[in-house]
Amino acid sequence: MEDRAIIRLEHLSKSFTVRSGVFGGRKSMQVIGDLSLSISEGEVLCLVGESGCGKTTTGKLIVGLIKPTSGKILFEGQDIWDMSKEDFSSYRRAVQIVHQDPYSSLNPVHRIYNILSAPLFRHGIVRSRGEAEEKVLELLGRVDLTPPEDFIYKYPHQLSGGQRQRVAIARSLTLNPRFIVADEAVSMLDVSIRLSVIELLRRLKEEMNVAFLFITHDLAMAKYFGWEGRIAVMYLGRIVEIGPTPRVIENPSHPYTKALLMAIPEADPRITRSKKPMELRSLDIPSLLNLPPGCTFNPRCPFWIEGVCDKEVPEMYEPEKDHYVSCFLFRGK
Amino acid sequence: MRIKNILRSIFLEPLILISRDKAGFIGFIVLLFILLLSFIGPYFVKLDTEVKLDKIYQFPSREHILGTDNQGRDIFSQIVNGGKDVIIVAFLAGVISTLIAVTLGSLSAYAGGVTDMVIMFITEIILTIPQFPLLAVLSAFVRLTNPTMLALIIGLLGWPALARAIRAQVLSIRERDYIEAARVLDLGRLHIIFSEILPNMLSYIVISLIMAMTSAVYSQVGLIMLGLVPFYGHNWGLMIQLAWTRGAIFYRGSIFYILSPIIAIALFQWSAVTFTRSLEGIFNPRLRSGE
Repeated sequence: MEDRAIIRLEHLSKSFTVRSGVFGGRKSMQVIGDLSLSISEGEVLCLVGESGCGKTTTGKLIVGLIKPTSGKILFEGQDIWDMSKEDFSSYRRAVQIVHQDPYSSLNPVHRIYNILSAPLFRHGIVRSRGEAEEKVLELLGRVDLTPPEDFIYKYPHQLSGGQRQRVAIARSLTLNPRFIVADEAVSMLDVSIRLSVIELLRRLKEEMNVAFLFITHDLAMAKYFGWEGRIAVMYLGRIVEIGPTPRVIENPSHPYTKALLMAIPEADPRITRSKKPMELRSLDIPSLLNLPPGCTFNPRCPFWIEGVCDKEVPEMYEPEKDHYVSCFLFRGK
Repeated sequence: MRIKNILRSIFLEPLILISRDKAGFIGFIVLLFILLLSFIGPYFVKLDTEVKLDKIYQFPSREHILGTDNQGRDIFSQIVNGGKDVIIVAFLAGVISTLIAVTLGSLSAYAGGVTDMVIMFITEIILTIPQFPLLAVLSAFVRLTNPTMLALIIGLLGWPALARAIRAQVLSIRERDYIEAARVLDLGRLHIIFSEILPNMLSYIVISLIMAMTSAVYSQVGLIMLGLVPFYGHNWGLMIQLAWTRGAIFYRGSIFYILSPIIAIALFQWSAVTFTRSLEGIFNPRLRSGE
């Protein structure tokens, strides 16, 4: 499993400096802290968590848009920020991103043909306009924009949100990637369109054997898309629980995961009403500028152990095979 | 067939887009008329230089459409022949200042850090210096013997405000998701600047170019009118200056002499500014409906 890892994060952390005025001095805001993960060829890893917990930053670190403060991102075992130019360029082609907002992810001044053919020309996949047109039509067909001839010479503003998101997905496929970061890729879409786009992503994964990091705040989407894969729960820039999706959903171990799962409404309102939400000690999320000592969840956790949770930082414990939890309740189990 | 298509996309389509905004279209027609008058007109209407003492300050007639000046020369021929230099200097100055503004503004935003600080510092200093007095002083030191030199000086002083606006726009566009996507697709820095960022500002840049031209018209006409630039050739600014210094404003009959160049300049400025309304529609695909 380890040797098949396409992307591996080793003790990754990312801080931003926050300046407050001329006399305010600088403060460091840690968004990601000591993150270690590995994603294998063709695997789906869902990253879930509240907004502001560092999911998007993780995605941007993985695709190399921002540099980590410390730690490494390994692509096929090589540090991406310590690579030769050719290797970095092949990493760039292999790892792509699909953004959340289809209204800002397509340049409004270009036609669909130009948006999709620019990377094809740049990387020598096509040489002539004829070849490019053929390839663009094929890509549009692949993302179910049919008939593709109707879309190729349109501008983004002439398409609907769902159609734009399909174009964005087609663009991420232009260079035959092996890994795609889908950053809330369906959360801006209409509910009715969401499932068909998810289905499309799933089919592409099967057909092209692409690995996915599926970032979402919606556990239902994670469950639907990543049932065969793994799920990682993030809280304040740290992974608190990671494991195969069915086991995390059916047997949530970290108190935060439990709280998240209990907060999901069920389709049957009677079940929803009978579900007892977990009593958190506080509803406020601590500021990233002032993280609580010890386990970052301790001020909110109903199971906290005084003198332990607010002093020591929990490691990753493995209560069952491949299922890791960062909580003292599982120490020594 | 193919040539017909190319002709269509070069001439017909922009014309249709221009005509979509009524005011803009009128501006375009007037501008076109002034350009034709100033650049083609001189081949048909020779500049009247012959002093005719018996025809001083004549009112408009069939023979002299705009009347005659203090030496009995035809005013219309002076208007036709006096626009070319003004427009060429304005165009050159506008292009020079816009080029500098776009280059420095986008460089400043894209590079950031020390480069940004240095460029913005220079920009702010030039912005602080009052433009016209500086131009007046400069024109006393620099031998302004040809229009290009005048254009260069006006252009070199006219870029700072636009540079700051361009910088702000690049800073905002640079953060959009499609720029991130282009970076991840490894499309290269040049592609990102010239194919992703700049096209989004094209309408703004072209409109700013026209605005820079209009302000260059005022700068040069002002300098010429005040007599700070040595005479060369014949132009609208010089006409105002001559009309002014020869005491023309004291004679009722001279009204056409002094008003003609003023109206020509005002009409040129107004048509250029109005024309910019149409440009927005040409460069912004979102405004091109019905495609």
